[in-house]
Amino acid sequence: MKRVYVNPEFCLGCKLCEIHCIAAHSKHRNNVLKAFKETRFRPVSRVIVEGDNLNSFAVQCRHCDEMFCAKACITGALQKDPKTGAVAIEESRCVGCWTCVLACPFGAVFRHYGEKKYAVKCDLCGGEESDPACVKHCPNEALVLRE
Amino acid sequence: MQYVIIGNSTAAVGGIEGIRQVDRVNPITVISEEPFHTYSRPLISYFLAGKVHEQQMLYRKHDFYENNGVNLMRGIKAERIDPLNKRIVLNNGAQISYDKVLLATGGKPYLPKPEWMRKPGVFTFTKLEDAKKIRESIATGDQAVVVGAGLIGLKAAEALNLLGMQVTVIDLAERVLSSILDSTAAGIVQGYLEAKGISFELTTTVEQVFGENRVEGIRLSGGKEIACKHLVVAIGVVPNTELVLNTPIKVNRGILVNSQMQTNVSDVYAAGDVAESYDLLYRAHRVTPILPLAYTQGEIAGKSMGGGETSFNGGFAMNSIGFFNLPIITAGIILPPSSGYKELVNYLPGQQSYKKLVVHEDKIVGFILINEVDRAGIITGLIREEKPVGDILAEQLLQDNVRLSCLPAAWFSKGLFWGGKAS
Repeated sequence: MKRVYVNPEFCLGCKLCEIHCIAAHSKHRNNVLKAFKETRFRPVSRVIVEGDNLNSFAVQCRHCDEMFCAKACITGALQKDPKTGAVAIEESRCVGCWTCVLACPFGAVFRHYGEKKYAVKCDLCGGEESDPACVKHCPNEALVLRE
Repeated sequence: MQYVIIGNSTAAVGGIEGIRQVDRVNPITVISEEPFHTYSRPLISYFLAGKVHEQQMLYRKHDFYENNGVNLMRGIKAERIDPLNKRIVLNNGAQISYDKVLLATGGKPYLPKPEWMRKPGVFTFTKLEDAKKIRESIATGDQAVVVGAGLIGLKAAEALNLLGMQVTVIDLAERVLSSILDSTAAGIVQGYLEAKGISFELTTTVEQVFGENRVEGIRLSGGKEIACKHLVVAIGVVPNTELVLNTPIKVNRGILVNSQMQTNVSDVYAAGDVAESYDLLYRAHRVTPILPLAYTQGEIAGKSMGGGETSFNGGFAMNSIGFFNLPIITAGIILPPSSGYKELVNYLPGQQSYKKLVVHEDKIVGFILINEVDRAGIITGLIREEKPVGDILAEQLLQDNVRLSCLPAAWFSKGLFWGGKAS
C-alpha cells in the first residue's frame, strides 16, 4: 500500500505539514487562514515534526502490518481496512481511552481532548486520487506518498 | 476441518481473525455463553455512566460473523471439554466435535464471600449484564460501596459518581490501583478522585454485609460501619478454567500455553484472560488479563490453528486508564521486584503530573505516566523490542517530552524513512 515517507535529508523542519494537516481536517479544508482564525474547534495535527533545524523529520502513522494500535483498541474503533491496508479510526466510536497512544511505537496516534475525547491519526487524507495535505504542501518534497 | 472457539470476547475475535488470515474456507463455530454480539467489555463502565449506548459497544460490526464464516451459538454454555474424543459438551445436552479448539473463556470475578452475592443490591462488574442490573437498581443520591480499588473498581466508582451517587471505595492494599501504580502515583490519583467526591477506606476489608431483603450497609475490619444501598464487588478476576477441570489440560493459575498458544493437549489452544503465557519482562509464565494481550494471543492461536507460521515473543502488562480528565498510562514492571532495578522519577510534589521509568540493566522494563501521556507508545516500543537504552537516554526520556528524535535513528528509521517499510 501507499504510505507517506519522509526523507530527513530534505526536511527543513518548517512544520508546514502540521499546519496543512490541521487545515485539511478542519471545516475549511482548503483555507489555512480560515481554518486557524474562524474555527473554534481546531483539529489536532496528525503529523508531528521532530528534531532541530539541522536534522528534522515528520512522523505520521505508518499503517503498520503489525498494527499494535488496532490490536490494543478496546472499542474496535481502530482497525485496518483489509482492502486498502490503511489503519483507520472511527472517531465516533472512540472513547478516548488512549490505549492506542500506549501501544503505537512511533507515537503517531494523537489525543483530541475537548468535550468529547477521541484519538486521531493519519488518514491518508488525499484519498485515491490526490496526495495527502502534508505531502502536497511540503515545500521541499521531503514527504512523499509511495508504495 | 472444524474450528471451535469457546468464548466471544476479545481473544475469540482475535482467534477468528487469526484463522481467517490463513484459512478462508473451513467453518468456525463460536460458543458464547452471553446472548450478545461481541461487545467491548471495558466499555461497560462507559455504558454504566451513560457515555455510550449499547449499540455503540459492538467490538466488531454487525456482519462480522457472516463475513468470517462463523456460526455463532448465542446463550449456550460449554460445560466440559472431552479432549480424548475431541468433543465439547454443551449445557443444552448437545455435543459438538472439533478438529481444533480455542479456549477463550476469559476471567470471572474473584468472590471471597460468594454468599454476599445472594443479597439484592450486591453486584459484580465484568459483563454488560452486570452494568444493566446496576443501572436498573440505582438512583441519584444513593450511597454505594465499591470493594476493590483496582482498574474495574475505580472505573465503576467513577461511573457511579458521575451518576450522582455517593461512593466509597474499599481496598485491602494501602494504595489505589496497586497493581499498576506506585505509592506516589497512587496518591495523586486518590487525591484527584477524592476532590471529585469519591471516598476511600484503604488497608481494610469488608467484614460483614448488613441487610435482610437487600444490602443496607457494611462493617469494615476496623469496626467502622458504612450505610449503602448498593455494593459492587470488584476485587479482581481469576481465569475461568472450569471447563478443563478433570481433563489432562494443564492449569497453573491459568491454562498454560506455549508460544503458539497451544496447551499441553494437542489441538487445544487457549488465549486471553484464561491463559497463562510467557511474560517478556518477568521471564516466566503469568496471567495478565488485559485486552491488547487477549487480542494478540487470540490472533496467534488462530493463525497456529489454521496452520500458519507465527510465534508469541511474550507479553507484558500495559494499561491506559483515565478518570474524569486524568489520563494514566503504565506498562511493565512498575515496582522493582529485587535489587538491580533503578527507578527514575520526574515529579514535583503537589503536582498532578508524574513520570517514572524502571530500568533493569540497560533496558527500560516499566513506566508510569500521569497526565503527560502523549507518545507513551514510544517507550512501550523500547520495552517490547528490549532496546539497550542506557542511563543517558533513559534520563532524557524522563526529563523531556517523549519523542523519537532522542533515540538512535537506526531504531526507528526502517519504518519511518525513505526506502523503509513499516514492519
